[in-house]
Amino acid sequence: MRSLLTLFLLLGSQLALAAAVVTEYQLDNGLKLVVKEDHRAPVVVSQVWYKVGASYEHDGITGVSHVLEHMMFKGTDAHPPGEFSRIISENGGSENAFTSKDYTAYFQRLEKSRLAVSFELEADRMRNLHLQDKEFQKEINVVMEERRLRTDDKPTALTYEQFMASAFVSSSVRIPTIGWMNDLENMELADLQRWYQRWYAPNNAIVVVVGDVEPEAVLKLAQKYFGPLKPEEIVPPKPRLEPPQSGKRYVTVQAPAEVPYTIMGYKTPVLKTATEDWEPYALEVLANILDGGDSARLTRELVRGSQIATSAGAGYDLYDRQEGLFLLDATPADGHSIADVQQALFEQVQLLKDKPVEIEELERIKTSVVASDVYEQDSAFYQGMKVGQLEAIGLDWKLADVYVERIKAVTAEQVQAVAKKYLVEESLTIAELDPLPMQAGSKPRVAANGGGHGH
Amino acid sequence: MDTNMLSRWAGYAGSLLLCLLLVPVAHAMQPIQHWVTDNGVRAYFVPAPELPMVDITVTFAAGSVRDGDHPGLANMTSTLLDMGAAGLSADEIASRIESLGASLTTSAAREMATVSLRSLSDRSYLDPALVIFTDVITRPNFDVKDFEREQQRKLVGIRRSEQSPSRVAGYRFYQSVFADHPYAHRVSGTEDSVKALKLDAVKAFYKRFYVAKNAVVSIVGDLDRKAAEALVQQVTGGLPKGSRAASLPPVKVLEVAKEERISHPSTQTHVRMGAPGMHRGDADYFALYVGNHVLGGGGLVSRLHEEVREQRGLSYSVNSYFNPMEQDGPYLLSLQTRNDQVDEALAVMRKTLQDFVDKGPTEEELVASKKNITGGFPLRIASNSGIGSYLNVIGFYDLPLDFLDTYNDKVMAVTREQIIDAYQRRVTPETMVTVVVGGES
Repeated sequence: MRSLLTLFLLLGSQLALAAAVVTEYQLDNGLKLVVKEDHRAPVVVSQVWYKVGASYEHDGITGVSHVLEHMMFKGTDAHPPGEFSRIISENGGSENAFTSKDYTAYFQRLEKSRLAVSFELEADRMRNLHLQDKEFQKEINVVMEERRLRTDDKPTALTYEQFMASAFVSSSVRIPTIGWMNDLENMELADLQRWYQRWYAPNNAIVVVVGDVEPEAVLKLAQKYFGPLKPEEIVPPKPRLEPPQSGKRYVTVQAPAEVPYTIMGYKTPVLKTATEDWEPYALEVLANILDGGDSARLTRELVRGSQIATSAGAGYDLYDRQEGLFLLDATPADGHSIADVQQALFEQVQLLKDKPVEIEELERIKTSVVASDVYEQDSAFYQGMKVGQLEAIGLDWKLADVYVERIKAVTAEQVQAVAKKYLVEESLTIAELDPLPMQAGSKPRVAANGGGHGH
Repeated sequence: MDTNMLSRWAGYAGSLLLCLLLVPVAHAMQPIQHWVTDNGVRAYFVPAPELPMVDITVTFAAGSVRDGDHPGLANMTSTLLDMGAAGLSADEIASRIESLGASLTTSAAREMATVSLRSLSDRSYLDPALVIFTDVITRPNFDVKDFEREQQRKLVGIRRSEQSPSRVAGYRFYQSVFADHPYAHRVSGTEDSVKALKLDAVKAFYKRFYVAKNAVVSIVGDLDRKAAEALVQQVTGGLPKGSRAASLPPVKVLEVAKEERISHPSTQTHVRMGAPGMHRGDADYFALYVGNHVLGGGGLVSRLHEEVREQRGLSYSVNSYFNPMEQDGPYLLSLQTRNDQVDEALAVMRKTLQDFVDKGPTEEELVASKKNITGGFPLRIASNSGIGSYLNVIGFYDLPLDFLDTYNDKVMAVTREQIIDAYQRRVTPETMVTVVVGGES
């Protein structure tokens, strides 16, 4: 493995040759357009990103960004409810939309000649959405079903939700993207109307196109369809900075479950908030030292080594809008308690503070980010995601291109330094799932009957 | 880790081979190349020189249908492959593979067990990765310590799956539809069956099924034919010839309807409804596939979606699909809804199905579905991983090499009458299994 360093450099130069062409435009109404050429296949991915998500929300209307995302399929004056999806489908397209803390995005994948179909429909619903109460009354129920599916009936997801709401008391990072159930129950069409008016405008949107296209032709299409849209005065959300945490916090979630689980997190800066811009990259490396594959420390030491855990992970996201958490989570193996597994995680954290990481570990991570950079090019969608995510949180998409270089520049001393600085008890929050019996002492009830179900 | 991102549409499950091509669209995918090695391995290769990477999948007919009296055996065998090989430990294998920027995965499903490698195509990375990949396939350690640890992990995994009403419903559905057929039991096995597994049985299973004549290799990536042939030889040349796994028994048609209600401490109730559907190469394949696209396979635009979600707001995700296997795999309709609404949702689902069986699609719906299926063809072969999934299926089920090229014509040739005829013969709501898992309303 020693010879890897030279291979690395070779590969680096090879990749530079293969770098995709990216062209960036801004329309007069403020809409940003980024076109990334990928001529491997005659297809195109079109994504529209809005700078709005759960972290823009406040108490009482949590989940409004996501509900609005659902309502964006419910018609404009030009296209009645459902027609958007029917048109995309008849054009052989696949489509979806997603909402996160920091953005709401809509996308279509199409054969390349159909890009105009996407632009026409997206431009229409950017300013002309017709919010109707009849559609809203049905769709809010769909969203509540989604909440039950994703959170209420998933003990680990419930734990995560409570954990985030405990780790942050003021920052809007605490708001679950799906929204609190009671806020969903009390949501009104007027809430959506205000939210749409406030955030859905060309000067708060980024259009990302990846595929077998010519940038100038895409610009012409964008000017035709998005060009005439009127901008809005966008008032950015207030900062809502989290006050300093001054001691460990614990939260317990009791829910019917078979297997216990723990998740913990330390407050950490993100690229956007970091005062030292190498620190987020060092935290990325740190996360990879612990959980960058099957050879990383948590699986090697806790799952295969001491066998205290059946699974263990670490996570950090440098591309968030606000300060976040460096996460650790684990499921104890049979015969081990939550306390055992937490102790084992703390020991791993302590080790990172006490000793610089091994050169081999750093090399492995650096090789793997170089390789991932190649593999990610197999997905036009993911290429678009990287551009859109950065732009949506107010960073330059070009930062994605320097990611590999920045990771390669991280030293063992820097990894140790961020571990000492940020993985500290004062900013730690610990949550555990305490399983309640699934069924008071009985196996699932099974009832069978015959008989047909015809008309 | 939870990415905390919500998608409006639950990803729609469909049969893998959904495709095809309306107009002969020019596309980047090169023709499929196929050969059989001296020891009987069937190889499928598509060159993709655009990116400096290679995807290799070796598929054995060694899924859970081969478990016999030991549910979970195929799954355990697959898991242990990269937990030690050629004297290397699991730590050493993981560390060597990841230091090369490669990823190696093993997995087992009902019919297939796969071992996959994704690597950079630069030989200084690919060659050492191939050495480990080959060892994992041909010289696993099957050490007792690894076996015992993975057994414990699987037991916890099985218990955790009992937390999910969706997974419980899925397990019960297969059991109820397939009864004593090898498709019935879950791939992971049960707590009892996994506890009872023996390492000797794993070794015997490996010896029987991980053999050349029972293997298919698919390769997509930056290689030429000569290099691809050498690669297949390197990876599988050490496998004994052996013999192909026996054909599976036919699946019995259901005679009476069955309904099971299983209580679960959840706020939603999950419904799975269906019966044996169709097999790979089925004479009714295209009529049923296109018909189901109208009923519940078209993702956001389907009758079930319209009736259950758009019109009534009853479910976040609702769909139907055929899962064609060697024998008749399931035809499955599913949804999930608040506990107190389950009877209403189930009634809407049944009525929508019955109407479709009685009257089929409208001409308009049929045209729209054909446009979606054929117009979406280029998307499904736009990436190396997309092409790779097709190669696996074509190879594993011995589908003709022109399968993709002729698929569009066959989709376009399907008529309303053929769909109605096929549905009336093959889909009988009167004898379907319904599994309902959820809490009290």
